[in-house]
Amino acid sequence: MSTAKGTAAATPELAARPRLSPLNQRRWQNFKANRRGYWSLWIFLVLFVLSLFSELIANDKPLVAFYKGDILFPVLVAYPEEKFGGFYAVTDYRDPVIQDEIDAHGWTIWPPIRYSYQTVNNAIPEAAPTKPSWLYDKKTLCNQYPQGDADPNCIVGNWNWLGTDDQARDVLARVIYGFRVSVLFGLILTAGSGLIGVSAGALQGYFGGWTDLLFQRFIEIWSAIPVLYLLLIIAAILPPGFFILLGLMLLFSWVALVGVVRAEFLRARNFEYVNAARALGVPNRTIMFRHLLPNAMVATLTFLPFLLSGSISTLTSLDYLGFGLPPGSASLGELLKQAQRNLNAPWLGISGFVVISLMLSLLVFVGEATRDAFDPRKTFR
Amino acid sequence: MSEAPLLSVRDLSVAFVQEGHQSMAVDHISFDIAKGETVALVGESGSGKSVSALSVLKLLPYPTASHPSGQILFQGADLLATNEKELRRVRGNNITMIFQEPMTSLNPLHSIEQQVVEVLKLHQGLGDRQAKARTLELLNEVGIREPEKRLDAYPHQLSGGQRQRVMIAMALANEPELLIADEPTTALDVTVQAQILELLADLKSRKNMSMLFITHDLGIVRKIADRVCVMTKGKIVETGPTKDIFANPQHAYTRHLLAAEPKGKPPAANNAAKPVMTGKDIKVWFPIKRGFFRRTVDNVKAVDGIDVTVRAGQTLGVVGESGSGKTTLGLALARMISSTGSIQFNGRDINKLTFNDMRPLRRELQIVFQDPFGSLSPRMSISEIIEEGLKIHEPKLSPDQRDKRIVDVLKEVGLDPATRNRYPHEFSGGQRQRVAIARAMVLNPRFVMLDEPTSALDMSVQAQVVDLLRSLQAKHDLAYLFISHDLKVIRALANDVIVMRNGRIVEAGPSEQIFGNPQTDYTRALISAAFKIETAPVGIVSE
Repeated sequence: MSTAKGTAAATPELAARPRLSPLNQRRWQNFKANRRGYWSLWIFLVLFVLSLFSELIANDKPLVAFYKGDILFPVLVAYPEEKFGGFYAVTDYRDPVIQDEIDAHGWTIWPPIRYSYQTVNNAIPEAAPTKPSWLYDKKTLCNQYPQGDADPNCIVGNWNWLGTDDQARDVLARVIYGFRVSVLFGLILTAGSGLIGVSAGALQGYFGGWTDLLFQRFIEIWSAIPVLYLLLIIAAILPPGFFILLGLMLLFSWVALVGVVRAEFLRARNFEYVNAARALGVPNRTIMFRHLLPNAMVATLTFLPFLLSGSISTLTSLDYLGFGLPPGSASLGELLKQAQRNLNAPWLGISGFVVISLMLSLLVFVGEATRDAFDPRKTFR
Repeated sequence: MSEAPLLSVRDLSVAFVQEGHQSMAVDHISFDIAKGETVALVGESGSGKSVSALSVLKLLPYPTASHPSGQILFQGADLLATNEKELRRVRGNNITMIFQEPMTSLNPLHSIEQQVVEVLKLHQGLGDRQAKARTLELLNEVGIREPEKRLDAYPHQLSGGQRQRVMIAMALANEPELLIADEPTTALDVTVQAQILELLADLKSRKNMSMLFITHDLGIVRKIADRVCVMTKGKIVETGPTKDIFANPQHAYTRHLLAAEPKGKPPAANNAAKPVMTGKDIKVWFPIKRGFFRRTVDNVKAVDGIDVTVRAGQTLGVVGESGSGKTTLGLALARMISSTGSIQFNGRDINKLTFNDMRPLRRELQIVFQDPFGSLSPRMSISEIIEEGLKIHEPKLSPDQRDKRIVDVLKEVGLDPATRNRYPHEFSGGQRQRVAIARAMVLNPRFVMLDEPTSALDMSVQAQVVDLLRSLQAKHDLAYLFISHDLKVIRALANDVIVMRNGRIVEAGPSEQIFGNPQTDYTRALISAAFKIETAPVGIVSE
């Protein structure tokens, strides 16, 4: 039997370990088998990577400018206006005077959308909020430029593809930046609460007894604190900002994962292979990482995408209520708030709705596929 | 057999569909059971014996399972062709079944009375009072003493043997013509097993029932069956009267099975050999706490003052029924649970050492666990599993040196080193147990505690593992503490034996003396139950 096999392979050839373990290969196959989730992942990744370079897509500064023999990168470097013959500390490249000056001594390359998220369009055809540019004819659209529809700035790059909000800011630019802020907020919050939640759950489950008892009671009290009230109070003391908000949310969101991880550790800590590891003298830390964490990871990874979409919608709703990011920042919640106040401007609401629902749906689809991938009983015919 | 058989299985096949692949679990088998006859289906795990039995009542997970061919004729009607409604009348009425695990086959939330009465009401339409009277009668019949007091008991309040008796009572409630027993004694201690088998044989002859008995244990077959069907890989390879099969086996597999009992002799006892592990007055008490202040009112004395000595190159066998404290003793000696008393390992008292202080000693003090399916982490390749101990105890080894050690130890335990990057689920039970042994051996231990290392394995694999352990012991001068309820394995491996019961030593001494000339009634009962499957007089062993 197997004894014979042992002697057969006298020269042990070093079969290299496959890069992806068979288990992970199977998971990846399962993930790919869920077509919707697989495509959602790709679409989401493309959108997310693009949004990371928002500054190069939608900005009120040229990407590259050539002026009097120098190649300048206004996107990266803040040149004072002095350089172009003015006297302000910050150059407004959208100012026709500056534009004429640069054009006279060189050239500029602009991003496809010539607005940043807080750029105010001074040449809107009618009172803000204005409709998307493609709904106007050329004459109306450019009636505020000095030379009308013959003005050099009356070009596609200056269009407001999704209209403007009630402060004459470009909705498309705000949506692109808002998407990035939302996803980043969600990712950092999820990673943070995942880290804290898994560690806390692991410690409780592994050591059990008094550790578990005290920790559980603490969590019960902790999760009974009304988060919204606390946010209101803190908002009155601290200046609102991305990281303060993130920290505050993190204080409460880690609790979500503790339950599953703790349960997995409690269940698995007396498994025979864990006892076998103890008998080998493996330290607790290693046992938790190598033997128990993989068990808990399945439940955790299944939870994470939903935690992610949860954090994003929390941020959006806080912004909507006005307790979120500071005024002026690109935020989808604020867009929704504007939409509610300006019912005569449906493009605000529609843009906000489409972006948020697209983002959340993609994440939920990816989450579903992840759950499939980690389901040991899932089979595809 | 002049009359038509009661049950006639003709050309039966069972196929399972999994991820698009069809696999045959049972491949065109045929057998008959006459009225009043006991037929045994024997085979090792995976041979398809349970699947065959379950298909008689169509209890398989359809449509994953299917029957590509065959008929099951019961009193002339084909059970495979009948509809679900007809079948329900047959199930539990004409044909009943008892299962292996009496704990999980009984509903833990209902009392014994409720469960038996339910069967009677459902199938016979008895009223409350009649049903209760009949329940008492049945419980009496299956040998539960003072059944009146037991009616309100819940399954967890009964012992394993009693639970199996209740299961039998439920199966008998409707006076079935055929009883299917699927490994009914595998989960029980040998002494209880003998009692249950005696009960089944007695009931069968009194009620002129037929019985289909599924087991892997040839000793039981010899005791209880009239005819035997030997199964392997989904086929019946040999069938015939029990006496003929045992006296004159025709098929190679039957001979292999009959020859598979653990054989050989342990090395001669040598009292001069250096003691590796000595325990003095070891006690493991679990306190029972009551009331608001959690006062300790009593103790469960799992191990109650035991002295042991394990010598280099020798094996101390610890036998006892389940709950006798033998595993607890082993875990206490290996310092996996806390105990009182002194434990000397290599002349050093280790019972006061902390977990961290124990770590350097762990390398010389290894454990092999019972269940090779549970003791290997499913997410690590066997190379990683074996490597783990090396990484801790010999951190200076380079990956290549480690790999060489792994290859060497795999060869030593009889596994192909080329398979070391595979995962445990790709190996059979016996191979997994070899991996578990390799994990212990790679560290060159001096003392190995073996906690029932063979009881989850098939008989023929058991013999191989016993041979392996014996050769490793001879080669490395190892000291074994071998814990088992299986006296055959103990006899083949241990030169000293202690018999435990309720946390205390009943009898201790050299192996020949214990098996050849047992001094206490309890040891005698244990030995006759294990080797001859005979019951002891009432009162010596538990029920």
